[in-house]
Amino acid sequence: MRFEGVGMRYGRSPEVLQDISFELRPGSFHFLTGPSGAGKSSLLKLIYLAHRPSRGRVSLFGRDVLSVTRPETPALRRRIGVVFQEYRLLDHVSVFDNAALPLRLAGLKPSSYQGDVAELLTWVGLGRRFTALPPTLAGGEKQRLAIARAVVGRPDLLIADEPTGNIDRPMGLRILRLLTELNKLGTTILVASHDQDLVARSGMPVMEMDQGRLSWRGAAGP
Amino acid sequence: MIKKPDDDAAPRWRPAPLLPREAAQDILLVFVTGVLCFFACLAVICALAANRAAGGWSDQLKDSATVLIRPVGDESADTAAGRAAAALGGVKGVAEARVLEKAKAETLVQPWLGPAAQVADLPLPRMVTVQFETKGPHPTAAQLAAALKGAGVDGMVDDHSRWIGDILRAGALARTAAITAAVLIALSAAAVIAFATRAGLAARHEIVEVLHLAGAEDRSIIRLFQDRLAELAALAGLLGGAAAALVAAMARLMGGADGLTPVLPIAWTDLLTGLACPLIAAAVAAVAARITAARLIGGMP
Repeated sequence: MRFEGVGMRYGRSPEVLQDISFELRPGSFHFLTGPSGAGKSSLLKLIYLAHRPSRGRVSLFGRDVLSVTRPETPALRRRIGVVFQEYRLLDHVSVFDNAALPLRLAGLKPSSYQGDVAELLTWVGLGRRFTALPPTLAGGEKQRLAIARAVVGRPDLLIADEPTGNIDRPMGLRILRLLTELNKLGTTILVASHDQDLVARSGMPVMEMDQGRLSWRGAAGP
Repeated sequence: MIKKPDDDAAPRWRPAPLLPREAAQDILLVFVTGVLCFFACLAVICALAANRAAGGWSDQLKDSATVLIRPVGDESADTAAGRAAAALGGVKGVAEARVLEKAKAETLVQPWLGPAAQVADLPLPRMVTVQFETKGPHPTAAQLAAALKGAGVDGMVDDHSRWIGDILRAGALARTAAITAAVLIALSAAAVIAFATRAGLAARHEIVEVLHLAGAEDRSIIRLFQDRLAELAALAGLLGGAAAALVAAMARLMGGADGLTPVLPIAWTDLLTGLACPLIAAAVAAVAARITAARLIGGMP
Protein backbone atom coordinates (compact mmCIF):
# COMPACT_ATOMS: atom_id res chain seq x y z
CA MET A 1 0.00 0.00 0.00
CA ARG A 2 1.42 3.33 -0.99
CA PHE A 3 0.18 6.90 -0.46
CA GLU A 4 1.89 9.67 -2.42
CA GLY A 5 0.97 13.30 -1.65
CA VAL A 6 -2.61 12.32 -0.91
CA GLY A 7 -5.27 14.86 0.02
CA MET A 8 -8.90 14.16 0.77
CA ARG A 9 -11.96 16.29 1.29
CA TYR A 10 -15.67 15.62 1.78
CA GLY A 11 -17.58 17.51 -0.89
CA ARG A 12 -16.46 21.13 -1.02
CA SER A 13 -15.23 21.26 2.57
CA PRO A 14 -11.54 21.90 3.41
CA GLU A 15 -9.17 18.96 3.15
CA VAL A 16 -9.31 16.58 6.10
CA LEU A 17 -6.14 14.83 4.93
CA GLN A 18 -3.19 16.75 3.55
CA ASP A 19 -0.05 15.58 1.81
CA ILE A 20 -0.15 12.05 3.18
CA SER A 21 2.74 9.92 1.95
CA PHE A 22 3.75 6.51 3.27
CA GLU A 23 4.21 2.93 2.21
CA LEU A 24 3.21 -0.25 4.01
CA ARG A 25 5.11 -3.25 2.78
CA PRO A 26 3.32 -6.58 2.38
CA GLY A 27 3.23 -8.46 5.68
CA SER A 28 3.89 -5.39 7.82
CA PHE A 29 2.00 -4.48 11.01
CA HIS A 30 1.43 -0.83 11.91
CA PHE A 31 -0.58 1.13 14.40
CA LEU A 32 -2.24 4.41 13.56
CA THR A 33 -2.82 6.75 16.47
CA GLY A 34 -3.91 10.31 16.99
CA PRO A 35 -6.58 12.35 18.72
CA SER A 36 -10.22 12.25 17.68
CA GLY A 37 -10.80 14.21 14.49
CA ALA A 38 -7.18 13.90 13.44
CA GLY A 39 -8.16 12.07 10.22
CA LYS A 40 -7.55 8.42 11.17
CA SER A 41 -10.95 7.19 10.00
CA SER A 42 -10.70 9.24 6.79
CA LEU A 43 -7.34 7.67 6.06
CA LEU A 44 -8.81 4.20 6.63
CA LYS A 45 -11.74 5.04 4.32
CA LEU A 46 -9.29 5.72 1.53
CA ILE A 47 -7.70 2.33 2.12
CA TYR A 48 -10.90 0.31 2.16
CA LEU A 49 -12.16 2.18 -0.90
CA ALA A 50 -15.09 3.89 0.79
CA HIS A 51 -13.77 7.20 -0.49
CA ARG A 52 -11.49 8.38 -3.27
CA PRO A 53 -8.56 10.79 -2.83
CA SER A 54 -9.12 14.34 -4.01
CA ARG A 55 -5.47 14.55 -5.00
CA GLY A 56 -2.32 12.48 -4.94
CA ARG A 57 -2.08 8.77 -5.57
CA VAL A 58 -3.19 5.78 -3.51
CA SER A 59 -1.91 2.39 -4.63
CA LEU A 60 -3.30 -0.89 -3.31
CA PHE A 61 -1.80 -4.22 -4.28
CA GLY A 62 0.10 -2.41 -7.02
CA ARG A 63 -2.99 -0.70 -8.49
CA ASP A 64 -3.72 3.03 -8.45
CA VAL A 65 -7.19 3.09 -6.86
CA LEU A 66 -8.33 5.74 -9.32
CA SER A 67 -7.62 3.35 -12.18
CA VAL A 68 -9.64 0.55 -10.64
CA THR A 69 -12.88 0.16 -12.56
CA ARG A 70 -16.18 -0.39 -10.82
CA PRO A 71 -16.46 -4.06 -11.82
CA GLU A 72 -12.92 -4.63 -10.46
CA THR A 73 -13.62 -2.93 -7.13
CA PRO A 74 -15.51 -5.75 -5.30
CA ALA A 75 -12.69 -8.24 -5.87
CA LEU A 76 -10.20 -5.68 -4.54
CA ARG A 77 -12.41 -5.02 -1.51
CA ARG A 78 -12.58 -8.74 -0.74
CA ARG A 79 -8.81 -8.71 -0.27
CA ILE A 80 -9.28 -6.18 2.54
CA GLY A 81 -10.75 -7.07 5.92
CA VAL A 82 -12.24 -4.15 7.83
CA VAL A 83 -13.13 -3.85 11.51
CA PHE A 84 -15.37 -0.81 11.68
CA GLN A 85 -15.38 1.32 14.79
CA GLU A 86 -19.20 1.13 14.89
CA TYR A 87 -19.07 -2.64 14.03
CA ARG A 88 -21.56 -2.42 11.14
CA LEU A 89 -23.03 -5.85 11.76
CA LEU A 90 -26.13 -7.15 9.99
CA ASP A 91 -28.67 -7.05 12.80
CA HIS A 92 -31.22 -9.34 11.13
CA VAL A 93 -28.93 -12.35 10.67
CA SER A 94 -27.18 -14.55 13.21
CA VAL A 95 -23.70 -14.25 14.63
CA PHE A 96 -22.69 -17.14 12.39
CA ASP A 97 -24.11 -15.50 9.26
CA ASN A 98 -22.33 -12.26 10.09
CA ALA A 99 -18.99 -13.96 10.55
CA ALA A 100 -19.40 -15.98 7.35
CA LEU A 101 -20.39 -12.97 5.25
CA PRO A 102 -17.06 -12.32 3.43
CA LEU A 103 -16.76 -16.00 2.47
CA ARG A 104 -20.34 -16.06 1.29
CA LEU A 105 -19.79 -12.91 -0.80
CA ALA A 106 -16.68 -14.53 -2.27
CA GLY A 107 -18.99 -17.19 -3.68
CA LEU A 108 -17.70 -20.11 -1.61
CA LYS A 109 -19.90 -23.06 -0.75
CA PRO A 110 -21.13 -23.03 2.86
CA SER A 111 -19.81 -26.53 3.43
CA SER A 112 -16.30 -25.35 2.57
CA TYR A 113 -16.11 -22.70 5.27
CA GLN A 114 -18.63 -23.67 7.91
CA GLY A 115 -16.03 -25.39 10.09
CA ASP A 116 -13.54 -22.50 9.83
CA VAL A 117 -16.19 -19.97 10.83
CA ALA A 118 -17.23 -22.08 13.80
CA GLU A 119 -13.60 -22.43 14.93
CA LEU A 120 -12.92 -18.73 14.64
CA LEU A 121 -16.09 -17.74 16.49
CA THR A 122 -15.22 -20.16 19.26
CA TRP A 123 -11.74 -18.72 19.45
CA VAL A 124 -13.05 -15.16 19.91
CA GLY A 125 -15.37 -16.40 22.64
CA LEU A 126 -18.62 -16.56 20.68
CA GLY A 127 -18.80 -20.35 20.48
CA ARG A 128 -22.12 -20.44 22.30
CA ARG A 129 -23.67 -17.50 20.49
CA PHE A 130 -23.78 -18.83 16.93
CA THR A 131 -27.53 -18.33 16.53
CA ALA A 132 -27.80 -15.10 18.50
CA LEU A 133 -28.71 -11.90 16.70
CA PRO A 134 -26.27 -8.98 17.04
CA PRO A 135 -28.72 -6.70 18.90
CA THR A 136 -28.71 -9.25 21.73
CA LEU A 137 -24.91 -9.16 22.06
CA ALA A 138 -22.96 -7.06 24.55
CA GLY A 139 -20.65 -4.34 23.17
CA GLY A 140 -17.54 -6.48 23.55
CA GLU A 141 -19.21 -9.43 21.84
CA LYS A 142 -20.20 -7.25 18.91
CA GLN A 143 -16.63 -6.05 18.60
CA ARG A 144 -15.28 -9.60 18.65
CA LEU A 145 -17.82 -10.58 16.01
CA ALA A 146 -16.74 -7.64 13.85
CA ILE A 147 -13.14 -8.79 14.19
CA ALA A 148 -14.05 -12.37 13.34
CA ARG A 149 -15.86 -11.19 10.22
CA ALA A 150 -12.86 -9.10 9.16
CA VAL A 151 -10.30 -11.89 9.52
CA VAL A 152 -12.34 -14.94 8.50
CA GLY A 153 -11.37 -14.67 4.83
CA ARG A 154 -7.65 -14.32 5.67
CA PRO A 155 -7.47 -11.01 3.83
CA ASP A 156 -4.24 -9.66 2.34
CA LEU A 157 -4.80 -6.43 4.20
CA LEU A 158 -6.60 -5.92 7.51
CA ILE A 159 -7.81 -2.48 8.56
CA ALA A 160 -9.09 -2.18 12.11
CA ASP A 161 -10.58 0.97 13.57
CA GLU A 162 -10.36 0.81 17.38
CA PRO A 163 -10.73 -2.99 17.49
CA THR A 164 -10.19 -3.21 21.23
CA GLY A 165 -12.17 -0.14 22.26
CA ASN A 166 -15.01 -1.99 24.00
CA ILE A 167 -13.39 -5.14 25.27
CA ASP A 168 -11.56 -5.92 28.48
CA ARG A 169 -7.78 -6.13 28.76
CA PRO A 170 -7.40 -9.94 28.54
CA MET A 171 -9.66 -10.11 25.49
CA GLY A 172 -7.85 -7.09 24.02
CA LEU A 173 -4.55 -8.91 24.33
CA ARG A 174 -6.12 -12.03 22.85
CA ILE A 175 -7.33 -10.02 19.88
CA LEU A 176 -3.85 -8.53 19.50
CA ARG A 177 -2.47 -12.08 19.49
CA LEU A 178 -4.98 -13.08 16.79
CA LEU A 179 -3.92 -10.10 14.68
CA THR A 180 -0.25 -10.95 15.21
CA GLU A 181 -0.84 -14.56 14.14
CA LEU A 182 -2.72 -13.36 11.10
CA ASN A 183 0.19 -11.04 10.34
CA LYS A 184 2.58 -13.96 10.58
CA LEU A 185 0.52 -15.70 7.92
CA GLY A 186 1.27 -12.77 5.60
CA THR A 187 -1.59 -10.33 6.17
CA THR A 188 -0.62 -6.67 6.19
CA ILE A 189 -2.23 -5.02 9.20
CA LEU A 190 -3.05 -1.44 10.06
CA VAL A 191 -4.77 -0.80 13.38
CA ALA A 192 -6.13 2.60 14.40
CA SER A 193 -6.17 2.72 18.18
CA HIS A 194 -6.33 5.07 21.14
CA ASP A 195 -5.07 2.26 23.39
CA GLN A 196 -1.52 3.45 24.04
CA ASP A 197 -0.80 0.52 26.33
CA LEU A 198 -1.77 -1.97 23.66
CA VAL A 199 0.28 -0.06 21.08
CA ALA A 200 3.29 -0.07 23.38
CA ARG A 201 2.91 -3.80 24.17
CA SER A 202 2.77 -4.70 20.49
CA GLY A 203 6.13 -3.14 19.73
CA MET A 204 4.94 -2.40 16.22
CA PRO A 205 5.72 0.81 14.28
CA VAL A 206 3.30 3.65 14.87
CA MET A 207 1.97 6.28 12.49
CA GLU A 208 0.55 9.38 14.11
CA MET A 209 -2.16 11.54 12.65
CA ASP A 210 -2.68 15.12 13.73
CA GLN A 211 -4.89 17.67 11.99
CA GLY A 212 -4.91 15.68 8.80
CA ARG A 213 -1.17 15.22 8.60
CA LEU A 214 0.86 12.08 9.16
CA SER A 215 4.07 11.62 11.06
CA TRP A 216 6.04 8.60 12.34
CA ARG A 217 6.72 7.89 15.96
CA GLY A 218 10.17 6.72 16.96
CA ALA A 219 12.67 5.25 14.61
CA ALA A 220 10.18 3.22 12.57
CA GLY A 221 9.59 5.31 9.50
CA PRO A 222 8.82 4.76 5.87
CA MET B 1 -5.05 -23.20 20.21
CA ILE B 2 -8.38 -23.24 18.42
CA LYS B 3 -10.94 -25.69 19.78
CA LYS B 4 -13.74 -27.23 17.83
CA PRO B 5 -17.09 -25.64 18.64
CA ASP B 6 -19.34 -27.40 21.07
CA ASP B 7 -22.36 -25.51 19.77
CA ASP B 8 -24.52 -27.74 17.64
CA ALA B 9 -25.97 -24.88 15.64
CA ALA B 10 -23.19 -24.85 13.06
CA PRO B 11 -23.86 -28.24 11.44
CA ARG B 12 -27.47 -27.23 10.80
CA TRP B 13 -26.51 -23.77 9.54
CA ARG B 14 -27.91 -22.53 6.27
CA PRO B 15 -27.13 -19.03 4.97
CA ALA B 16 -29.89 -16.63 5.96
CA PRO B 17 -31.47 -14.12 3.55
CA LEU B 18 -29.27 -11.04 3.39
CA LEU B 19 -32.26 -8.77 2.99
CA PRO B 20 -34.56 -8.63 6.03
CA ARG B 21 -38.27 -9.10 5.51
CA GLU B 22 -40.35 -6.11 6.55
CA ALA B 23 -43.78 -7.62 7.19
CA ALA B 24 -45.82 -4.42 7.32
CA GLN B 25 -44.10 -2.82 4.34
CA ASP B 26 -44.32 -6.02 2.29
CA ILE B 27 -48.04 -6.49 2.99
CA LEU B 28 -48.73 -2.89 1.96
CA LEU B 29 -46.80 -3.31 -1.28
CA VAL B 30 -48.58 -6.60 -2.07
CA PHE B 31 -51.93 -4.94 -1.40
CA VAL B 32 -51.29 -1.88 -3.61
CA THR B 33 -49.73 -3.91 -6.42
CA GLY B 34 -52.47 -6.54 -6.13
CA VAL B 35 -55.18 -3.88 -6.58
CA LEU B 36 -53.34 -2.53 -9.64
CA CYS B 37 -53.02 -6.06 -11.04
CA PHE B 38 -56.75 -6.61 -10.44
CA PHE B 39 -57.69 -3.54 -12.48
CA ALA B 40 -55.11 -4.33 -15.18
CA CYS B 41 -56.53 -7.85 -15.56
CA LEU B 42 -60.11 -6.56 -15.70
CA ALA B 43 -59.05 -4.03 -18.35
CA VAL B 44 -57.49 -6.79 -20.46
CA ILE B 45 -60.55 -9.03 -20.05
CA CYS B 46 -62.78 -6.10 -21.10
CA ALA B 47 -60.53 -5.48 -24.12
CA LEU B 48 -60.84 -9.12 -25.18
CA ALA B 49 -64.62 -9.09 -24.71
CA ALA B 50 -65.03 -5.77 -26.56
CA ASN B 51 -62.94 -7.13 -29.40
CA ARG B 52 -65.09 -10.25 -29.53
CA ALA B 53 -68.33 -8.25 -29.46
CA ALA B 54 -67.20 -5.92 -32.26
CA GLY B 55 -65.97 -8.87 -34.31
CA GLY B 56 -69.28 -10.72 -33.91
CA TRP B 57 -71.39 -7.74 -34.88
CA SER B 58 -69.32 -6.89 -37.94
CA ASP B 59 -69.30 -10.58 -39.01
CA GLN B 60 -73.08 -10.64 -38.85
CA LEU B 61 -73.41 -7.43 -40.82
CA LYS B 62 -70.73 -7.89 -43.44
CA ASP B 63 -72.21 -11.22 -44.62
CA SER B 64 -75.60 -9.71 -45.45
CA ALA B 65 -77.36 -6.78 -47.10
CA THR B 66 -80.81 -5.29 -46.79
CA VAL B 67 -82.84 -4.04 -49.75
CA LEU B 68 -85.76 -1.61 -49.31
CA ILE B 69 -88.34 -2.14 -52.05
CA ARG B 70 -90.35 0.73 -53.53
CA PRO B 71 -93.32 -0.54 -55.61
CA VAL B 72 -93.59 1.01 -59.05
CA GLY B 73 -96.94 1.76 -60.73
CA ASP B 74 -99.80 -0.60 -59.84
CA GLU B 75 -97.58 -3.43 -58.72
CA SER B 76 -98.14 -4.43 -55.13
CA ALA B 77 -95.28 -4.21 -52.64
CA ASP B 78 -95.41 -7.96 -52.07
CA THR B 79 -95.10 -8.71 -55.78
CA ALA B 80 -92.23 -6.24 -56.19
CA ALA B 81 -90.45 -7.71 -53.20
CA GLY B 82 -90.88 -11.22 -54.58
CA ARG B 83 -89.41 -10.21 -57.93
CA ALA B 84 -86.56 -8.41 -56.19
CA ALA B 85 -85.75 -11.49 -54.13
CA ALA B 86 -85.74 -13.63 -57.25
CA ALA B 87 -83.44 -11.20 -59.07
CA LEU B 88 -81.06 -10.83 -56.16
CA GLY B 89 -80.94 -14.58 -55.56
CA GLY B 90 -79.35 -14.94 -58.98
CA VAL B 91 -76.45 -12.64 -58.28
CA LYS B 92 -73.10 -14.40 -57.93
CA GLY B 93 -72.06 -14.67 -54.30
CA VAL B 94 -75.60 -14.50 -52.91
CA ALA B 95 -76.56 -17.57 -50.90
CA GLU B 96 -80.14 -16.55 -50.21
CA ALA B 97 -82.45 -13.57 -50.83
CA ARG B 98 -85.61 -13.62 -48.78
CA VAL B 99 -88.55 -11.26 -48.45
CA LEU B 100 -88.92 -10.13 -44.86
CA GLU B 101 -92.41 -11.11 -43.76
CA LYS B 102 -94.76 -8.23 -43.10
CA ALA B 103 -95.37 -9.39 -39.55
CA LYS B 104 -91.64 -9.43 -38.85
CA ALA B 105 -91.22 -5.96 -40.34
CA GLU B 106 -94.04 -4.74 -38.11
CA THR B 107 -92.37 -6.31 -35.09
CA LEU B 108 -89.16 -4.49 -35.97
CA VAL B 109 -90.79 -1.05 -36.02
CA GLN B 110 -93.09 -1.67 -33.03
CA PRO B 111 -90.50 -0.55 -30.41
CA TRP B 112 -90.05 2.78 -32.21
CA LEU B 113 -93.75 3.56 -32.59
CA GLY B 114 -95.03 2.26 -29.29
CA PRO B 115 -97.75 -0.28 -28.43
CA ALA B 116 -100.61 2.12 -29.14
CA ALA B 117 -99.68 2.57 -32.81
CA GLN B 118 -101.78 0.80 -35.42
CA VAL B 119 -98.77 -0.63 -37.21
CA ALA B 120 -100.88 -2.82 -39.46
CA ASP B 121 -102.47 0.25 -41.01
CA LEU B 122 -99.15 1.88 -41.86
CA PRO B 123 -97.76 1.67 -45.39
CA LEU B 124 -94.59 -0.09 -44.32
CA PRO B 125 -92.03 -0.64 -47.07
CA ARG B 126 -91.12 -4.24 -47.83
CA MET B 127 -87.62 -5.44 -47.35
CA VAL B 128 -85.50 -8.21 -48.80
CA THR B 129 -82.68 -9.64 -46.74
CA VAL B 130 -79.75 -10.93 -48.75
CA GLN B 131 -77.40 -13.49 -47.22
CA PHE B 132 -73.99 -13.79 -48.89
CA GLU B 133 -72.02 -16.94 -49.35
CA THR B 134 -69.42 -17.27 -46.62
CA LYS B 135 -66.67 -18.21 -49.05
CA GLY B 136 -65.56 -16.10 -51.96
CA PRO B 137 -66.02 -12.38 -52.59
CA HIS B 138 -69.29 -10.73 -51.67
CA PRO B 139 -71.26 -8.87 -54.37
CA THR B 140 -71.06 -5.09 -54.08
CA ALA B 141 -74.02 -2.81 -53.49
CA ALA B 142 -73.68 -1.62 -57.09
CA GLN B 143 -73.95 -5.21 -58.39
CA LEU B 144 -77.09 -5.80 -56.32
CA ALA B 145 -78.58 -2.48 -57.51
CA ALA B 146 -77.81 -3.45 -61.12
CA ALA B 147 -79.63 -6.76 -60.63
CA LEU B 148 -82.68 -4.92 -59.27
CA LYS B 149 -82.57 -2.47 -62.15
CA GLY B 150 -82.32 -5.37 -64.60
CA ALA B 151 -85.50 -6.86 -63.10
CA GLY B 152 -87.27 -3.50 -63.25
CA VAL B 153 -87.57 -3.18 -59.49
CA ASP B 154 -86.95 0.08 -57.69
CA GLY B 155 -85.05 -0.55 -54.49
CA MET B 156 -82.45 0.87 -52.17
CA VAL B 157 -79.54 -1.42 -51.30
CA ASP B 158 -77.91 -1.14 -47.87
CA ASP B 159 -74.78 -3.28 -47.67
CA HIS B 160 -74.24 -2.27 -43.99
CA SER B 161 -70.82 -0.81 -44.83
CA ARG B 162 -71.58 2.35 -42.88
CA TRP B 163 -72.59 0.33 -39.79
CA ILE B 164 -69.70 -2.07 -40.13
CA GLY B 165 -67.28 0.89 -40.20
CA ASP B 166 -68.89 2.39 -37.13
CA ILE B 167 -68.83 -0.91 -35.28
CA LEU B 168 -65.23 -1.57 -36.21
CA ARG B 169 -64.31 1.93 -35.08
CA ALA B 170 -66.22 1.45 -31.82
CA GLY B 171 -64.59 -1.94 -31.28
CA ALA B 172 -61.13 -0.55 -32.00
CA LEU B 173 -61.80 2.36 -29.65
CA ALA B 174 -62.94 0.03 -26.85
CA ARG B 175 -59.93 -2.22 -27.44
CA THR B 176 -57.51 0.74 -27.48
CA ALA B 177 -59.07 2.21 -24.35
CA ALA B 178 -58.81 -1.09 -22.48
CA ILE B 179 -55.22 -1.73 -23.60
CA THR B 180 -54.26 1.85 -22.71
CA ALA B 181 -55.82 1.38 -19.29
CA ALA B 182 -53.92 -1.91 -18.82
CA VAL B 183 -50.62 -0.29 -19.88
CA LEU B 184 -51.17 2.75 -17.65
CA ILE B 185 -51.97 0.48 -14.72
CA ALA B 186 -48.84 -1.60 -15.44
CA LEU B 187 -46.78 1.61 -15.50
CA SER B 188 -48.38 2.68 -12.22
CA ALA B 189 -47.44 -0.68 -10.75
CA ALA B 190 -43.87 -0.20 -12.00
CA ALA B 191 -43.77 3.27 -10.41
CA VAL B 192 -45.08 1.89 -7.11
CA ILE B 193 -42.44 -0.85 -7.19
CA ALA B 194 -39.69 1.63 -8.07
CA PHE B 195 -40.81 3.74 -5.13
CA ALA B 196 -40.86 0.67 -2.89
CA THR B 197 -37.36 -0.27 -4.04
CA ARG B 198 -36.12 3.22 -3.32
CA ALA B 199 -37.75 3.15 0.11
CA GLY B 200 -36.39 -0.35 0.71
CA LEU B 201 -32.89 0.72 -0.20
CA ALA B 202 -33.15 3.79 2.01
CA ALA B 203 -34.46 1.70 4.93
CA ARG B 204 -31.73 -0.89 4.40
CA HIS B 205 -28.97 1.53 3.52
CA GLU B 206 -26.78 0.25 6.34
CA ILE B 207 -27.07 -3.32 5.09
CA VAL B 208 -26.37 -2.33 1.50
CA GLU B 209 -23.33 -0.35 2.61
CA VAL B 210 -21.96 -3.27 4.64
CA LEU B 211 -22.41 -5.64 1.71
CA HIS B 212 -20.91 -3.10 -0.65
CA LEU B 213 -17.83 -2.53 1.50
CA ALA B 214 -17.43 -6.23 2.22
CA GLY B 215 -16.97 -6.83 -1.50
CA ALA B 216 -20.43 -7.77 -2.75
CA GLU B 217 -20.79 -7.32 -6.49
CA ASP B 218 -23.22 -4.55 -7.46
CA ARG B 219 -25.24 -7.07 -9.42
CA SER B 220 -25.55 -9.32 -6.36
CA ILE B 221 -26.98 -6.49 -4.27
CA ILE B 222 -29.26 -5.41 -7.10
CA ARG B 223 -30.42 -8.99 -7.48
CA LEU B 224 -31.40 -9.14 -3.81
CA PHE B 225 -33.85 -6.29 -4.35
CA GLN B 226 -34.89 -7.50 -7.80
CA ASP B 227 -35.73 -10.99 -6.55
CA ARG B 228 -37.51 -9.76 -3.44
CA LEU B 229 -39.68 -7.25 -5.31
CA ALA B 230 -40.40 -9.74 -8.11
CA GLU B 231 -41.47 -12.31 -5.51
CA LEU B 232 -43.82 -9.83 -3.83
CA ALA B 233 -45.19 -8.65 -7.19
CA ALA B 234 -45.79 -12.25 -8.30
CA LEU B 235 -47.82 -12.81 -5.13
CA ALA B 236 -49.70 -9.56 -5.76
CA GLY B 237 -50.27 -10.59 -9.38
CA LEU B 238 -51.59 -13.96 -8.28
CA LEU B 239 -54.07 -12.39 -5.86
CA GLY B 240 -55.09 -9.57 -8.23
CA GLY B 241 -55.37 -11.91 -11.21
CA ALA B 242 -57.42 -14.43 -9.24
CA ALA B 243 -59.77 -11.70 -8.01
CA ALA B 244 -60.22 -10.35 -11.55
CA ALA B 245 -60.87 -13.86 -12.89
CA LEU B 246 -63.43 -14.40 -10.13
CA VAL B 247 -65.26 -11.16 -10.97
CA ALA B 248 -65.19 -11.99 -14.70
CA ALA B 249 -66.44 -15.53 -14.00
CA MET B 250 -69.34 -14.12 -11.97
CA ALA B 251 -70.19 -11.70 -14.79
CA ARG B 252 -70.07 -14.61 -17.24
CA LEU B 253 -72.26 -16.84 -15.07
CA MET B 254 -74.79 -14.10 -14.27
CA GLY B 255 -74.72 -12.74 -17.82
CA GLY B 256 -75.30 -14.93 -20.81
CA ALA B 257 -76.93 -13.71 -23.98
CA ASP B 258 -79.42 -11.36 -22.31
CA GLY B 259 -77.82 -10.86 -18.95
CA LEU B 260 -75.12 -8.57 -17.64
CA THR B 261 -72.74 -9.06 -20.52
CA PRO B 262 -74.56 -9.00 -23.84
CA VAL B 263 -72.33 -6.13 -25.00
CA LEU B 264 -69.20 -7.63 -23.40
CA PRO B 265 -69.35 -11.34 -24.16
CA ILE B 266 -66.76 -12.75 -21.76
CA ALA B 267 -65.40 -16.15 -22.75
CA TRP B 268 -64.08 -18.64 -20.23
CA THR B 269 -60.71 -18.49 -21.97
CA ASP B 270 -60.52 -14.76 -21.12
CA LEU B 271 -60.12 -15.80 -17.49
CA LEU B 272 -56.71 -17.24 -18.37
CA THR B 273 -55.50 -13.63 -18.33
CA GLY B 274 -55.28 -14.08 -14.57
CA LEU B 275 -52.68 -16.80 -15.07
CA ALA B 276 -50.33 -14.45 -16.93
CA CYS B 277 -50.74 -11.72 -14.31
CA PRO B 278 -48.18 -13.04 -11.75
CA LEU B 279 -45.59 -13.51 -14.48
CA ILE B 280 -46.11 -10.08 -15.99
CA ALA B 281 -46.24 -8.42 -12.55
CA ALA B 282 -43.02 -10.18 -11.52
CA ALA B 283 -41.30 -9.16 -14.76
CA VAL B 284 -42.40 -5.51 -14.42
CA ALA B 285 -41.31 -5.49 -10.77
CA ALA B 286 -37.96 -7.07 -11.56
CA VAL B 287 -37.19 -4.50 -14.24
CA ALA B 288 -38.38 -1.56 -12.11
CA ALA B 289 -36.46 -2.76 -9.04
CA ARG B 290 -33.35 -3.49 -11.09
CA ILE B 291 -33.26 -0.06 -12.70
CA THR B 292 -33.94 1.73 -9.42
CA ALA B 293 -31.46 -0.29 -7.38
CA ALA B 294 -28.77 -0.03 -10.07
CA ARG B 295 -29.14 3.74 -10.17
CA LEU B 296 -28.93 4.07 -6.39
CA ILE B 297 -26.09 1.62 -5.88
CA GLY B 298 -24.24 3.16 -8.82
CA GLY B 299 -24.08 6.35 -6.76
CA MET B 300 -22.09 4.61 -4.01
CA PRO B 301 -18.28 4.85 -4.10
